[in-house]
Amino acid sequence: MSQMPQLSACPSCEEPLESGDRFCGACGYDLSAVPERPEDNPTITMNGSVPAQGVPAAGAYPEPPTVPPAGTGWPAPGPNGAGGSPAAHLPTDLQGADSGGSPLPPDTPPPPGAPPAPAAGVRFDHPPQAAGHPGPPGGAEGHPVPPGGYAPQPDGYSAQSVTYQAQQPDEYLLQAPDPRVSADPAAQAAGAGGKVCVACRAGRVDDDGYCENCGHAQPRERDHMEQESGPVAAVSDRGLRHHRNEDAFAIGSTALPDGSPASVAIVCDGVSSATRPDDASMAASKAASEALLAALPRGTHPQQAMHDAIIAASRAVNSLAAEPATAREHAPHQNAPACTIVGAVVTSGLLIVGWVGDSRAYWVPVDRSAPPARLTEDDSWAAQMVAAGLMSEAEAYADERAHAITGWLGADAYELEPHTAAFKPDRPGVVVVCTDGLWNYAEAAEEMARVVPLDAAAHPLHSARVLVGHALDGGGHDNVTVALVPFPAVPQGAGSA
Amino acid sequence: MANFSKSNVPQFSVDVYQNEYLPEGAGEVNAIVTVTATGGGTIGTAVSAPHLFSPGQGPSAAVAIMVDCSGSMDYPATKMRNARDATAAAIDTLRDGVHFAVVGGTHVAKEVYPGGGRLAVADATTREQAKRALRSLSAGGGTAIGTWLKLADRLLSSADVAIRHGILLTDGRNEHESPQDLKAALDACAGRFTCDARGVGTDWEVKEVTGIASALLGTADIVADPAGLAADFTQMMETAMGKEVADVSLRLWTPVDTTVKFVKQVAPTVEELTGRRTEAGPRAGDYPLGSWGDESRDYHVCVEVPAANIGQEMLAARISLVIPQPDGTVQNLGAQGLVRAVWTDDMVASTSINPQVAHYTGQAELAQVIQQGLDLRKSGDTDGATAKLGRAVQLASASGNADTAKLLAKVVDVVDAATGTVRLKAKVEEADEMTLETRSTKTVRVKK
Repeated sequence: MSQMPQLSACPSCEEPLESGDRFCGACGYDLSAVPERPEDNPTITMNGSVPAQGVPAAGAYPEPPTVPPAGTGWPAPGPNGAGGSPAAHLPTDLQGADSGGSPLPPDTPPPPGAPPAPAAGVRFDHPPQAAGHPGPPGGAEGHPVPPGGYAPQPDGYSAQSVTYQAQQPDEYLLQAPDPRVSADPAAQAAGAGGKVCVACRAGRVDDDGYCENCGHAQPRERDHMEQESGPVAAVSDRGLRHHRNEDAFAIGSTALPDGSPASVAIVCDGVSSATRPDDASMAASKAASEALLAALPRGTHPQQAMHDAIIAASRAVNSLAAEPATAREHAPHQNAPACTIVGAVVTSGLLIVGWVGDSRAYWVPVDRSAPPARLTEDDSWAAQMVAAGLMSEAEAYADERAHAITGWLGADAYELEPHTAAFKPDRPGVVVVCTDGLWNYAEAAEEMARVVPLDAAAHPLHSARVLVGHALDGGGHDNVTVALVPFPAVPQGAGSA
Repeated sequence: MANFSKSNVPQFSVDVYQNEYLPEGAGEVNAIVTVTATGGGTIGTAVSAPHLFSPGQGPSAAVAIMVDCSGSMDYPATKMRNARDATAAAIDTLRDGVHFAVVGGTHVAKEVYPGGGRLAVADATTREQAKRALRSLSAGGGTAIGTWLKLADRLLSSADVAIRHGILLTDGRNEHESPQDLKAALDACAGRFTCDARGVGTDWEVKEVTGIASALLGTADIVADPAGLAADFTQMMETAMGKEVADVSLRLWTPVDTTVKFVKQVAPTVEELTGRRTEAGPRAGDYPLGSWGDESRDYHVCVEVPAANIGQEMLAARISLVIPQPDGTVQNLGAQGLVRAVWTDDMVASTSINPQVAHYTGQAELAQVIQQGLDLRKSGDTDGATAKLGRAVQLASASGNADTAKLLAKVVDVVDAATGTVRLKAKVEEADEMTLETRSTKTVRVKK
């Protein structure tokens, strides 16, 4: 488990802590000097215990039980006015449009007996449709809505943003900003160890990355990757059961023609049954982010840009199929390299997601009383079964075929259907862009929201590490990659305190 | 001693075919290693002509032709005549400039041409002289093959050449020296020259001829009808003339605590190499591959590595090709293949068998059961022979080894090839049985 980020660690030196420690055993840091960071224990539910704790009103910021009550300066409950259960995730709360402008089908049906909440969650550009919208997510052709189709919502984000900005200082009070957060220990070992094998510590490492004594493969650059770019951050990890990291990500920030900031995150998951999945995911994420970072400053509508970026990523993956396989790849059946893709573009008022395959984007509002939501609809066997009404979600995801994907980027894809959706959230939050290596351990939007640290929007890199740690705690059966994109986009440098 | 200019050395490539995925706790790694040598110009499917060098040029080479002149070669008389003609045809196939000699073999070896412990250099004149000398060949005496090989070795080593090759023809058993003498001669010659061996007629011992070819990294075959000798000799000499690099070794590196279970050539024939390892530095050993023309051969490498945890990856073997130099160093041919081990909990990945590994495991078993079946048949164990040869029919049929299947059908009546149901034939031509035994190690490659 050495690859794991320390989940309960000293904020000064990252030494693992025992519960009840008042001082760090390694550096003596006074742990009472900073509030305990509840998000460091992602496997312990926090918001999940909200109903039992009797949080006063819907729309209120749930107070994590582990936070000392004194002096934390939580804001007063927001002026939501809704009396319903805050935890209910209602399908009508969140709808998106696919590339053709038609709304996405509803998410999970509301729990029986949960009173419907008013439209308090995220907003979207099109009026909510009837809950029983029959169309499949990718049913419409992939033509993006023209920019003119996005009329500002008067009741939407602008009113909420005032509240959001007022809250920001409080958010920082909660934090113990730690500039000395150390990098992943495995990465450090690889760097410091130089040419000595990390497995046997006796042999030298050969040019091709194997120990000349014990033969063990050495940690590769892609085994654990972290990046922070302005307000956006991403972490990718090989996991505990796979021998290489076939996930990839690309993040970046840019400015729209009007000078307002835009954040971009792309996450790709290589298809293991194909040849060179690691190359595919790397090529796709690179091509898509480059396309977005080039198109957005030119004034291309973000949704159009996302659509184009997925096409560009697809071309990049397709072109890999023509290249000869490396000498050591002699799979019995040579499949064209393939990968999934999910991406998010966040501007000051708009949230665009685009995807092909089963990598996902989730919306987690800063105000945890508002419902979180899954923003993407998997191109997977399980999702199709559920969409067709043939199986319940639980049944479908329990099936061994659940993860068989029905859409991917690659030369042998039947037909590329880039799905894109546009949302206008009415409150600040964070977009979790991730591969199934993470969402297997937090499938439902509520589960995901529970493991996303409360300060995710302000400290995306740390929070991404926490999310990867959650997946590794759960077993790390797959490569794990997560990018966090705070909404609304903030100018570069302003995102992390 | 080998001194090639760069352009004359063929390009070697190494390809590894394996399923690198192992279940938890497993450590046996199997891989098929395809070694291919290609030069500029035509890439032939088989070695049939020296096409890496323009006519009249080529690597310096020396060839010794050893012709059995024992008394039995006169029964029937066509045998000696055909042997003379075949040797003449082989001499005609010699490239200009190649050093050569003809040795007549009985219970002693004597130089037929050019004599004086020397080698002749091929040109129109020496070819004529050699063919004239062949007329003096007459049958009479015994058979002591070890003496022939030792004379050939002396002659071949008298010239400073890159390629040394022998062609040996016998029609009888090695009766006039002990098996130990032959073994000692083979051990002395191994690595000094390569040698093809042929048995003519049906009075020779299959295991002696295949043993000579195996020890000296050449081919073995039967020429049941002496009339076929000339064509066979011509083809053998063409192959020899196509060789460009001698003494190639496969260098196998394995990590610490790893056991090499076996290394064997599996195409074009099955040849066990495990015991021929010479240590080459820490955790590495060299296996001799003989001389190479424009050709491709497959090797099955099986190593046992210490098991590691799920998600771990290690290098189980690194394969490279080297040419040992007289000063103790090696010339590395550049090509390299990696055999990997990756532990996974994906049962589908870890339980699938690589098609190449499966195919050649079957081909090796085919060669083995043919040998066992014929041995049992000779010892009178009809049931045992039927079972083994039935399995052979089944394997040959399933793997598409049509040549071997045809040879088997001359020894057994095939009832059902798919299930391996056969009956031993009551009467089998001796030539058919010997052909099957001699060619039992021939394999076919995986259908692509």
